[in-house]
Amino acid sequence: MAEQYDVIVIGGGPAGYPAAIRAGQNKLKVACIDEWKNHDGTLAFGGTCLNAGCIPSKALLESSELLHRAQSEFAIHGIKTGKLEMDVAAMQKRKSGIVKTMTGGITALLKGAGVTPLQGHGKLLPGRRVEFVAHDGSRRELSAKHVVLASGSVPTALKAVPFDGKQIVDSWGALEFDAVPKRLAVIGAGVIGLELGSVWRRLGADVVVLEALPDFLAIADQQLAKEALKHFKKQGLDIRLGAKVTGAAAQKSGVVLSYTDTAGAAATLEVDRVIVCIGRRPFTAGLFAEKSGVVLDDRGFIKVDEHCRTGAENVWAVGDCVRGPMLAHKAKEEGVMVADLIAGLYGHTNYDVVPSVIYTAPEIAWVGATEEQVKASGRAYKLGVFPFMANGRARAMEAAHGFVKLIAAQDDDQILGVHIIGPMAGELIAEAVLAMEYSASSEDLQRTIHAHPTLSEALHEAALAADKRAIDSLNR
Amino acid sequence: MTIEIRVPQLPESVADALLVTWHKQPGDSVARDENLADLETDKVVLEVPAPNNGVVKELKVEAGTTVTSGQLLAVIEPGSAGEPVGKASAKAASKSGGPAAAAAAKAPVEDAGKLSPSARRLVEENQLDASDIPASGKDGRITKGDVMGFLDGKSSPPAATAKAPAAAKGERSEQRVPMTRLRQRIAERLVEAQSTQALLTTFNEVDLQAVMALRSRYKDQFERTYGVKLGFMSFFIKASIEALKKFPLVNASIDGSDIVYHEYYDIGVAVSTDRGLMVPVVRDADLKSVAELEKEIGTYASRARDGKISIEELTGGTFSITNGGVFGSMLSTPIVNAPQSAILGMHKIQERPMVVDGQIVVRPMMYLAMTYDHRIIDGREAVQFLVAIKDSLEDPGRMLLGV
Repeated sequence: MAEQYDVIVIGGGPAGYPAAIRAGQNKLKVACIDEWKNHDGTLAFGGTCLNAGCIPSKALLESSELLHRAQSEFAIHGIKTGKLEMDVAAMQKRKSGIVKTMTGGITALLKGAGVTPLQGHGKLLPGRRVEFVAHDGSRRELSAKHVVLASGSVPTALKAVPFDGKQIVDSWGALEFDAVPKRLAVIGAGVIGLELGSVWRRLGADVVVLEALPDFLAIADQQLAKEALKHFKKQGLDIRLGAKVTGAAAQKSGVVLSYTDTAGAAATLEVDRVIVCIGRRPFTAGLFAEKSGVVLDDRGFIKVDEHCRTGAENVWAVGDCVRGPMLAHKAKEEGVMVADLIAGLYGHTNYDVVPSVIYTAPEIAWVGATEEQVKASGRAYKLGVFPFMANGRARAMEAAHGFVKLIAAQDDDQILGVHIIGPMAGELIAEAVLAMEYSASSEDLQRTIHAHPTLSEALHEAALAADKRAIDSLNR
Repeated sequence: MTIEIRVPQLPESVADALLVTWHKQPGDSVARDENLADLETDKVVLEVPAPNNGVVKELKVEAGTTVTSGQLLAVIEPGSAGEPVGKASAKAASKSGGPAAAAAAKAPVEDAGKLSPSARRLVEENQLDASDIPASGKDGRITKGDVMGFLDGKSSPPAATAKAPAAAKGERSEQRVPMTRLRQRIAERLVEAQSTQALLTTFNEVDLQAVMALRSRYKDQFERTYGVKLGFMSFFIKASIEALKKFPLVNASIDGSDIVYHEYYDIGVAVSTDRGLMVPVVRDADLKSVAELEKEIGTYASRARDGKISIEELTGGTFSITNGGVFGSMLSTPIVNAPQSAILGMHKIQERPMVVDGQIVVRPMMYLAMTYDHRIIDGREAVQFLVAIKDSLEDPGRMLLGV
């Protein structure tokens, strides 16, 4: 006899758990199935984000950045330290503690919203029945009026450099190193590669980043990318563009990578550890039966419309397993949208105003169109750039690097894009996202008071600079 | 500082106008929007509204004189106690050459607190009434671009008909308010149509479930792709055109003793404004996509409310559609827009219990009315025409297939 639910969510990560919680808030009977198992065998909700991505990486970035600042910045403040050492085990313990707290929190939130948490594998069968297999092997059949697929994504493998879980790892493995590798190769200079490379570089590793594409951070505004590359090089990240890795040979002394450089010449690189982070692909293995009505597109994402409806009636899909930026906040918005639509309420995701953040130091964040995209659209634009060098708070923080760049339309002054590299960029971008949600003009930001002395003033000044009326920098 | 009252921009096909009557004399006080004079052209009577409260100083032209666009008609001394002086928006004045007419804003601007800083500045600088400005921002907010666009397209606003003074309570006196020339002309044309054409109305009802499902499924994507909302009118236009193709007599008109079959589809879409009902025409509607139709209807609606529809845009037309449903009408008998031969009336969408396949289900239903000229359209054709529209709407796929 099948257990009946109003909604079954398959996947308990940043798309699934918000969908389940919102569905519970909408007074529906909900079950949330999640199969995440940690390397140590423990079970946890929260998916990749909480267990093997966003949260643990931020913890390590914070710890490693503090060490870096202690080494390079404390003296300027007049702080005298002796020889600085890093206890990696303690750092990892702190990280694990944070992850455990956060994932435990999710379970509590699910229960608090009246959601039935089920840990095991869920598979969608035709007619919105769901086969649930717990980790102990026991099987149950559930059925629901609506099913939400939120199975997420996994790191893309590189055939030439297969994972071995010890010397050649994915991003999750890179978060669990128990010691600082002497020499580290990072394949893929994307967001994940730069963050992980930064962590271990700051802790003392020699880091080489091999990027197959000839351009650095092609997805970002190029003025921003250029500034970022400058900073990463200064920090000692050896970033090699146009480097296509062709093979890996694991040896006792390490791993020898073969690659062709930007000129096409063959080269090798010997390192102790390799992180392969060339991207992520949607994970849908064993998620739905053939006749369930769910269809994948040619890149493996579950096909959905703009409301995340799949081809099967009352079956929805959200998060990394569907199209769009693979970001936790986009996943969350979709999860919540779907839970509201199921309850007959208004639900909408605005894909035009999704911010991106890279948690390196300096931090990088942007929302909206890059200057290249605006140029390509043919729409006349104006831009304002304000350097943190001219921002008092940034100077006081010893973090006066980078800038805020604002692009607005020439015709009606609408803000088209904001790009920030510098301290707290990920926080500062929120104001720009809100402004763009309201179709604000640069003048609207110009006429909004920003507290002084804060980093947020840099956004204010960048808006003024777009009209050549910045106060705290020369207008050219 | 005095205000000059000039002849408003006359439409392209109209060379001059006759100043028929002055409603005010020097020394008379005028209220904002009150009609100062009637200008008669070949096709329509234009009014000259006062842009501001004030006192008439001088009339420059006598009644019975022919005048041209932009010609100076009178001078007004503006202002009375507490009323702010209207400031001419330089852009509007140079564009239309009309009366110095930027609306004198009620100070302070209504809902000023809800305007963004840049919108607030523009509204105050140009003494606008924020409620006049069409909003494209989130939740109906006015963006800076909205105000800029409004200023770009502004010209003299249409005059509200002179308000009849309110009678004091308890008095049983009568108010005698002469009809404006425009209303007189509308009245004449309606009676003429009624007495020339043999007008009958036939009714039917349509189940809009399929159309509404289509709309809700695609409206976000549609809006993202085309930047315009997907309404109902474009569906009705498309359905009407399919039916007109099957029944060409409905698209025809009588000229003397000839029936003129029009081999094109110019559909009039009725828009209600303060001045009265206007029916701007969507030319070659059969050649336009749904997105193009929605854009055009939207533009017509806002221009009609601003009084910016030209006479050319109101003439011609082979068939019209009117929608009383927006005002709550369940069923009505629309009047034909002569010299056309038929008009389709849309009404309120109401959920009603209907029987489908032996089951009672709730369906969004709309009554359809078609008033037609029986001189050339027979009852059977009229009924079948309406059924054809109903069929196309209840199964929109038929329009794609042309069946």
